[in-house]
Amino acid sequence: MFQVRIHGRGGQGVVSAAEILSIAAFGEGKDAQAFPSFGSERMGAPVTAFCRIDTRTIRLREPIMTPNALIIQDPTLLPQRGLFDGLAEDGYILVNSSRSFAELGVGEMLAKHPRERQITVPATELALEHVGRPLPNAALLGAFAALTGEVKLESVLKAIREKFPGKVGDKNATAATHAYEFVMKAAEAACAPTN
Amino acid sequence: MRQQIEGSRAVAQTVALCRPEVICAYPITPQTHIVEGLGELVKSGELSPCEFINVESEFGALSVAIGSSAAGARTYTATASQGLLFMAEAVYNASGLGLPIVMTIGNRAIGAPINIWNDHSDSMSMRDAGWIQMHAETNQEAADLHIQAFRLAEELSCPVMVCMDGFILTHAYESVDLPTQEQVDAYLPPFEPRQLLDPKHPMSIGAMVGPEAFTEVRYLSHHKQLRALDRIPELNREFCAQFGRNSGGLLRTYHSENAKTVVVALGSVNGTIQEVIDQLRAEGHSIGSISICSYRPFPQAAVQEALESAERVVVVEKSLAVGLGGILTGDIQVATAGSVNELYTVIAGLGGRVITQTSLRDVFLKAEADELEQVTFLDLNRAAIERHLERESKQRLSGPAAENILRDINSIAGRIG
Repeated sequence: MFQVRIHGRGGQGVVSAAEILSIAAFGEGKDAQAFPSFGSERMGAPVTAFCRIDTRTIRLREPIMTPNALIIQDPTLLPQRGLFDGLAEDGYILVNSSRSFAELGVGEMLAKHPRERQITVPATELALEHVGRPLPNAALLGAFAALTGEVKLESVLKAIREKFPGKVGDKNATAATHAYEFVMKAAEAACAPTN
Repeated sequence: MRQQIEGSRAVAQTVALCRPEVICAYPITPQTHIVEGLGELVKSGELSPCEFINVESEFGALSVAIGSSAAGARTYTATASQGLLFMAEAVYNASGLGLPIVMTIGNRAIGAPINIWNDHSDSMSMRDAGWIQMHAETNQEAADLHIQAFRLAEELSCPVMVCMDGFILTHAYESVDLPTQEQVDAYLPPFEPRQLLDPKHPMSIGAMVGPEAFTEVRYLSHHKQLRALDRIPELNREFCAQFGRNSGGLLRTYHSENAKTVVVALGSVNGTIQEVIDQLRAEGHSIGSISICSYRPFPQAAVQEALESAERVVVVEKSLAVGLGGILTGDIQVATAGSVNELYTVIAGLGGRVITQTSLRDVFLKAEADELEQVTFLDLNRAAIERHLERESKQRLSGPAAENILRDINSIAGRIG
């Protein structure tokens, strides 16, 4: 089972992100379950959503305590207590920011975490450029596909278009594709031999 | 067709396939996306003929449902929590009048303290109101139960509540195989009322009944539910044959045959319980579980048979009989007539408290070692309770319990995990 915990703020499409991810995994013939953290949601308040992906039927109903991946939609949440709780040692960390982990002040904390499993992606900027609104969720799912390989980009794009029919879906799919390429390029750069 | 869909939406689409003719609802918290989804289907003309009536309150919702059902229309509504309490008088009337209304309960806690999260306090408060109550374990089952509920309700002229865990199921996206209109039509015939308010043939229903006949009318309600005990498994078998999956029925067992410890629960928590049971069985423990689908009527004989060889039973309950303990435990006790040696109650998930595998594993192992208290409150913060009781003992004006406990545990309301 692959478990994803998404942290963000009310209004950033955190719950939708988990739902879209579950639709993408379902599209690949996997079993998937997405659910929110059941709070009284308010604009700007911290929101958590969860997504489980498995090849067998998912029966578990507890919130995700030991995620394989964390998606953090708002870097201002980084200092929040318990944000990284239960993350697997080789778990993925995907943060929406145009700044590096060091610039965000968590470089030291993540120094021991596998470098190839952590990345910051300017998802809000990509969303502003391609969608016209600061909603980073779709772009982050494109980045998630590139970082983890848990779902294919095509499945994510299809799920985005299912959730947001019409032009909105197309624009978000474009943002997701650019975020995917951003992560792929970063991975290539990290692997390139240094002179 | 199999879809990745929100629980509420899956139920809305399935209810629409049941061709309800009147849907009434009060669209405010505590309501789910179910009636919102149905409202959209009525407005778009996809669900037609059907009248969607926005009422002024939950009391209005069920009162309108009573009127439309008595006039011969297949009628549906949904509510939860305080909404169900507000319609309480009409809940008893619907069953007393024998009107086959189907109502979804997106199970939630009841205040005070104010809480919007899941537990079973709401539907439990109406357990003796004469409605059939079915509990869904998954969103697939929640959707499927509605098809069976209309059939059962109309055959018996008895209202049915389909209970699904609020948020945990209603707000969860998972895979649901939604049937086709042809499949539902083949299973669910058009509504043929037993009693009909018709201006062309005037009559009244809801007569005043004195002591000379009240017991007889009440007995007939009881008799109906006893008949439901036979019909529910039959409808489940028929559904299974036609739709190719096992949804509903009286109860489902999970490795409970010959298990020394058997866990009993209602609803979605059974999924988590089954995960824990798999782990414990792999370690050599003799443990299984029973998921009760039909809570009213309560399947005494089936429960007794399923628990026949159990040495101990652990009832995991999302509700509390204040001053007593478990509600479901009492039903189990009656069903087994004292044949189970040890009967433990675990009060869990109140007001949306997370029920974790770790905590369940811990209480199951304690039960196995016969070290569990008769009534256990899962993950109760005893230290906070002690501090509150101490405050109370020190001063008369000790303040409101809810605010004191929140301040004590330094909680942001709504935080989870």
